[in-house]
Amino acid sequence: MWKWLHPYANPEVSYHFCGKLIPWLSALSLLLLSTGIVWALAFAPADYQQGDSFRIFYIHVPAASLSMGIYFGMAIAAFTSLVWQFKLADASAAAMAPVGATFTAIALITGAAWGKPMWGTWWIWDARLTSELILLFLYLGVIALHSAFEDKALAGKAAGILTLVGSINLPIIKYSVEWWNTLHQGSTVSKLGKPSMSVDMLWPFLFCFLGFALLVGLIICIRFRSEILTRNSVRPWVKSLVAEHTSSSKVAENK
Amino acid sequence: MSIANLSYRAVFSLVLKRDLTIAMRHKDDIINPLLFFVIVITLFPLGIGPEAQTLSRIAPGIIWVAALLSTLLSLDRLFKSDHDDGSLEQMLLSPQPVFILVLAKIVAHWLITGLPLILIAPLLAVLLHLNEQSYGALMLTLLLGTPVLSLLGAIGVALTVGIKKGGVLLSLLVLPLYIPVLIFATSAIDTAALGLPYSGQLAIIAALFFGSLTLAPFAVGAALKVSTN
Amino acid sequence: MQFESFSAFLNMGGYGFYVWLSFGISTVLILALIISSLMGHKQVIKNIAMRQQREDKLRQLRKQRNHTKTNATKEVTQ
Repeated sequence: MWKWLHPYANPEVSYHFCGKLIPWLSALSLLLLSTGIVWALAFAPADYQQGDSFRIFYIHVPAASLSMGIYFGMAIAAFTSLVWQFKLADASAAAMAPVGATFTAIALITGAAWGKPMWGTWWIWDARLTSELILLFLYLGVIALHSAFEDKALAGKAAGILTLVGSINLPIIKYSVEWWNTLHQGSTVSKLGKPSMSVDMLWPFLFCFLGFALLVGLIICIRFRSEILTRNSVRPWVKSLVAEHTSSSKVAENK
Repeated sequence: MSIANLSYRAVFSLVLKRDLTIAMRHKDDIINPLLFFVIVITLFPLGIGPEAQTLSRIAPGIIWVAALLSTLLSLDRLFKSDHDDGSLEQMLLSPQPVFILVLAKIVAHWLITGLPLILIAPLLAVLLHLNEQSYGALMLTLLLGTPVLSLLGAIGVALTVGIKKGGVLLSLLVLPLYIPVLIFATSAIDTAALGLPYSGQLAIIAALFFGSLTLAPFAVGAALKVSTN
Repeated sequence: MQFESFSAFLNMGGYGFYVWLSFGISTVLILALIISSLMGHKQVIKNIAMRQQREDKLRQLRKQRNHTKTNATKEVTQ
């Protein structure tokens, strides 16, 4: 059933596949995000209770969901790398970590900026924000551990073990923090039930969410390609690719 | 009796005895984390003020955070000296399963650091005016929780033992994993102070204990194999 | 359009500072991430190219040295 995936275990195939994805992802994410953000800022209605500060929601919630989704992706990559020895999975995990950390930071900062007018304080130890902060520490730990090893293969294995341990702990941490304090508003978008948001707010939210998701995919593709090149630098296909690049850039310089 | 024919119990007690003997010869490793625990707890009243009510309100948190930090300090010795003189690699090459060896080392670590902590904690709780009804909860949470700290901490040390200056990275890796234990332990102690039953929180800490007891040695073994490469 | 004027748009019903702070910092962080990813890619290619050049030079040097050595031995044996 998974045979169609097998060619992509080859670094060269994946490199060119991601290269083909990049223009599409750029165009789509730019389109969706520009529409979504303008809609969110200027055309979506203000919230009945929270007024115009509710517009922060359109960045905060996508960033928070994506930060958790990316960690989940990293955990899957770590799992495939450790169990099936896919070297490419290490490269993808290394590509995902900085993106996930950035979006976690965005979720935290926008959450704090939203909290100040709403709850009167920049920071509050509510369940969601606290779990998000711990998630940021987990990301930073994985990035720091990866960069502490000289050998990239060992670095990938160590970071993979840490990611898996962290992913087992993440539900436990979230449960314990939620149990410890609950102030954050309940889920407003559920995939199964009817969302408790009005349609005027749902559409810009979906545009923003999808736009951010495609943007994340785009950045991961770019970083994934860099990781592939770094880890396969002795292969002939990489050498010919680099030679092409440098000769074309020299031609461009001389013009 | 050749090495390959040793039973699991024999191997376990062999490694346990070895680590305990080494610790007895370097009593510093036992005393320093303990002293750190005592000093940190003593610093808090100096920083916050001697008012009994404030102190008894935050005592469970202080004791547990101090326990976390002193465990973190003591974790370094778990694999470092063995890694430096090559005996760690020899252990990983032995025909015995790494699980047993790792578990024996972690049990030794707990006996050296966790157990003294548990014994001295009630004395320090007096300094912080801990509510009388909380002492039982304090001892039980420490008894169930400190092994979890050793087990989870061992994963972090195993990942960083090969890195220079890995000690700084260790706290970043391990402290987020300690947070659930901290939350439920302090909650149990606070609930006990109100005279209410706290078996729920204890059950969760026990679950964390059994979960990490069965799973952590595997993660530690995998991490050691990466670090000794 | 939810706002009557541009200044009302900037004001965001009194919450202007927080809304623009959020959107501003998010934009800055995302742009920084994109730029660092693109520049990182270029840097990787440059590093591989430099290493390739260094290896080519070393190979040439070694060839020249062997060539002069074989020439020298030819002269001696002749």
